[in-house]
Amino acid sequence: MSGLQPYSSPAQVAWYYGFRLICALIFIFLILPILVIIPLSFNASDFFTFTKEMLALDPDGYSLKHYNDFFTNSDWQTALANSVRIAPMATLLSTALGTLAAIGLSQSHVPFRGAIMAALISPMIVPLIISAAGMYFFYSRIGLQGTYWGVVLAHAALGTPFVIITVTATLVGFDRSLVRAAASLGANPVRTFVKVQMPLILPGVISGGLFAFVTSFDEVVVVLFVGSASQKTLPWQMFTGLREQISPTILAVATVMVTVSILLLTTLEILRRRSERIRGLSPG
Amino acid sequence: MTDTTANGAAGSQPDSGPMLAADGTPLKVSLARALRRQKLRALMLIAPLLLFIVITFLAPIGDMLFRSVENNIVPETLPRTVVALEQWDPESGEAPGEAVFEALQADLLIAAEKKIHTRLGSRLNYETPGISSLFRKSGRRVDDMEQGPYKPQFLKIDEDWGDVEIWRTIKRYSGAYTAGYFLASVDMEYGADGPQLKPEDERIYLTLLWRTILLSTVITVSCILLGYPVAFLLANLPLRTSNVLMILVLLPFWTSLLVRTSSWIVLLQQQGVINDTLVTLGLVGDGGRLELMHNEVGTIVAMTHILLPFMILPLYSVMKTISPSYVRAAKSLGANDWTAFWRIYFPNTVPGIGAGAVLVFILAIGYYITPELVGGTSGIFISNRIAYHISSSLNWGLAAALGVVLLALILVFYWLYDRIVGVDNVKFGG
Amino acid sequence: MKSIKLLTTTATAAVLFAGAAQAEETMTIVSWGGAYSASQQAAYHDPYMEMNPDVKIINDESSAEAVAKLRAMDEAGNVTWDVVDVVASDAIRLCDEGLAMEIDPDEHLAPAPDGTPASEDFGDLLVSDCFIPQIVYSTTFGYRTDVAAWNGNEPSSVCDVFDLEAFPGKRSLEKRPINNVEWALICDGVDPGEVYDVLGTDEGVDRALAKLDTIKDDVIWWSAGAETPQRLADGEVVIGSTYNGRLFSVIEEQDQPVKMLWDWQVFDLDGWIIPAGLSEERKARALDYVYFATDTQRLADQAKYISYGPARQSSAPLVGQHAELGIDMAPHMPTDPENAKTTLLYNYEFWADNRDDIDAKWQAWLAQ
Repeated sequence: MSGLQPYSSPAQVAWYYGFRLICALIFIFLILPILVIIPLSFNASDFFTFTKEMLALDPDGYSLKHYNDFFTNSDWQTALANSVRIAPMATLLSTALGTLAAIGLSQSHVPFRGAIMAALISPMIVPLIISAAGMYFFYSRIGLQGTYWGVVLAHAALGTPFVIITVTATLVGFDRSLVRAAASLGANPVRTFVKVQMPLILPGVISGGLFAFVTSFDEVVVVLFVGSASQKTLPWQMFTGLREQISPTILAVATVMVTVSILLLTTLEILRRRSERIRGLSPG
Repeated sequence: MTDTTANGAAGSQPDSGPMLAADGTPLKVSLARALRRQKLRALMLIAPLLLFIVITFLAPIGDMLFRSVENNIVPETLPRTVVALEQWDPESGEAPGEAVFEALQADLLIAAEKKIHTRLGSRLNYETPGISSLFRKSGRRVDDMEQGPYKPQFLKIDEDWGDVEIWRTIKRYSGAYTAGYFLASVDMEYGADGPQLKPEDERIYLTLLWRTILLSTVITVSCILLGYPVAFLLANLPLRTSNVLMILVLLPFWTSLLVRTSSWIVLLQQQGVINDTLVTLGLVGDGGRLELMHNEVGTIVAMTHILLPFMILPLYSVMKTISPSYVRAAKSLGANDWTAFWRIYFPNTVPGIGAGAVLVFILAIGYYITPELVGGTSGIFISNRIAYHISSSLNWGLAAALGVVLLALILVFYWLYDRIVGVDNVKFGG
Repeated sequence: MKSIKLLTTTATAAVLFAGAAQAEETMTIVSWGGAYSASQQAAYHDPYMEMNPDVKIINDESSAEAVAKLRAMDEAGNVTWDVVDVVASDAIRLCDEGLAMEIDPDEHLAPAPDGTPASEDFGDLLVSDCFIPQIVYSTTFGYRTDVAAWNGNEPSSVCDVFDLEAFPGKRSLEKRPINNVEWALICDGVDPGEVYDVLGTDEGVDRALAKLDTIKDDVIWWSAGAETPQRLADGEVVIGSTYNGRLFSVIEEQDQPVKMLWDWQVFDLDGWIIPAGLSEERKARALDYVYFATDTQRLADQAKYISYGPARQSSAPLVGQHAELGIDMAPHMPTDPENAKTTLLYNYEFWADNRDDIDAKWQAWLAQ
């Protein structure tokens, strides 16, 4: 869209503002569900309802009790601890394996590339309920069901497609002659990788890793099947919360998580700007 | 680049004898070896993940889907009866004779001892109601049976043992593999003469499958309509501004699915925020509150919201690559704003629309938690039934068969996706 | 590079952390979650752990998927649960499939304080050889008391749920045939004693669905017990079925304008099973827990926290006051004579046979 010019016709001016209005409405649609949970999490009642007191901005209608519940209730704390134990491990696995594979896939001659790609992307494509049921039966048989490693492996598998996709995208813009330059200057492949390739694709790796992290951190269907009580994660606790006892504590947790998301997104943005600086003008 | 020039050089010099590499081997051989090494290296890098995915993901899926045809429980629990039944002709209209009942008694005695007869009962109950209690009752009493003949004794336990329909079911499902679950997954059953459609009041899966496709299409179209303007705006604003706005797109994407769904419940219900606002503004009467959830509308709105980022991100990355000079050139040649957009800009964004659309569609078609919570009865998907059969009715075979049908559908779209854009070309912001 | 180091450190810490959690003797008890689990925690788990400091009870909230999960665990030969809280129909299924251990009430369960053996104290409620009853609960209706369109009338019979003229508004009903088809037939004029004879025929099922069809457009279906209370509190529905304990909590604890309608409440049982195939050690531990948790006093204690009736006759006189509200719990029990004038008991045998079949029709009807 070209900006508004002094010589624009009235129709162009109307369209310029009309279009911005439409976009603003769509942004509101995107963000409204997130905005709505924030006041509700300070609800003094035990239901997901804007009470009369809240609408009248009466301080009695608001309370921190749901935050208090989140930070003191052992169920929520265990769930938080489990999520914090499971997600980084799953992220580490999927990022390490995914990055290697993405580098492999970006080579110029890969036999059966299409089939391999399809297999590696499949965790993102297969409906979660099918994945969950399949893993549940299979992991039961090999003794992984209900174990920490079972959940970690399952989540790592679900996270890898995101790593593959983001790292492959970074590698498209990667100038291979840099590797050759390093090699011709006597660096061995490992050294070349660590010193030359890795720093350049690192933003892609990290953003893929963040996607993998969020996949694990937000995943509920698979953990419900593959996990057991000792692996109860935050989404699991939220899900049983929604089913068995609707309580705004869930919304308090969500508000905390949204805050964390904003921090993560800011990190991403900073990383992106940094990567742009490193890579100069090369296209992303 | 060097590779191709070397190849080109080799190819452009035909009849002048084999070209030699520095170590004296023919260049062709040397290149082939290098190529092989390169392939091997690529595969070595891919292998760990491939192995990992095969073990942790593909094997479980295969294992699960295999249940859709597996039927070992019948021949394993009733080995003698199955053999004896081979002699029986269901068309005779009469229950089998003493030989079959004798075999049944022997089988049931062992099965009851191991407590697996009721498991068989529930398996066959999926096909003909009443078999479950028949086996439960008979298993309890088979211990007290006197020396043959057994047929009258079985008939005394329950006269249903004389019912041809029961025996027809046992005979039909006596093989180790069955197509029965697949028939059920498309609303069919075995009738007197081969597979036929179920009575109308029991058909559901075709309806659900059709609805899943229909609703996913509507969701995809909504995502295009809402995603296109936003992606366009983001791609054409200065980077600093667009990156801040991008956070508004990514924030919902990173917020827990469960939270977003509950939030839509708060917004959409009849006493919810949207209806309250409309009533306050006087747009609808208090008695005429809109029904925005527990139906298709709820599913469409909530899922469009959840999947919208998957449309915006690929669209954005395609639009970023379109040079503004195209549109400027068109305008300088006399096109007005609309023609320049529609004839020049839009065609360039079609790959992005394709990428986003197929991605959204594939993800939508497998959804289950959101429809379950906001979809009521008219807004649920086939995945909801799969979940029901896995955890409630325990008809795992049918769940697997439905899973195969759904997966086949998705593979078709994945293939289309790969055709249109190639899986390598997906990007998620970043 | 820094971030890679950071990731590695976090991961190592996570592994160490994972290893440390396995030390003391743990017992996994599976239940429903929410207020119900909380009442068990207060009445059973906490006192038990106090008596046995070396035992740590882990709560798993998978009762809704208990049969599926136990079956898969059994297939795999790796049962990780020790004691499981299930409804009676699931207990019967589990017992039938050999997935639950058989219990001898007089050997494994405590006698009443006056010496009455457990088998007599529980009486008819021992509906399966594997099932140790804990509570009697009922599925019944709650309605809002402030509905203007009702002109001051209040529903007094379950058939008022089907009366859109006198009691307009949305209803919340469970998304399964059980209970709903029984109510529909009773309100369609079927003699309550013959409900299951009628339901056993295709015409009977059609008749029930036809009756439900008259209100279908005004029904919001629920699948989790927390949904009806939330909808009643929101004013999203004016009347709805759910478990009586949930309604108690909405009315007495949350102080919402809601009342109970006990007419034709459906009784059901909930209790413990011990999975088959536990090691001797774990089995002994599980039996020890169950012996403690189902004695007369413990069952009566649970009623302090939630309004479900204890399954032992000897517990009834001990039911006292609510732990926090201090109100008498006896009048809130589904079994209180005042509430139990018209009741149905969940028909286990009938539903075991006909569930798949009626459910197929039900689902097709819902999807229309």
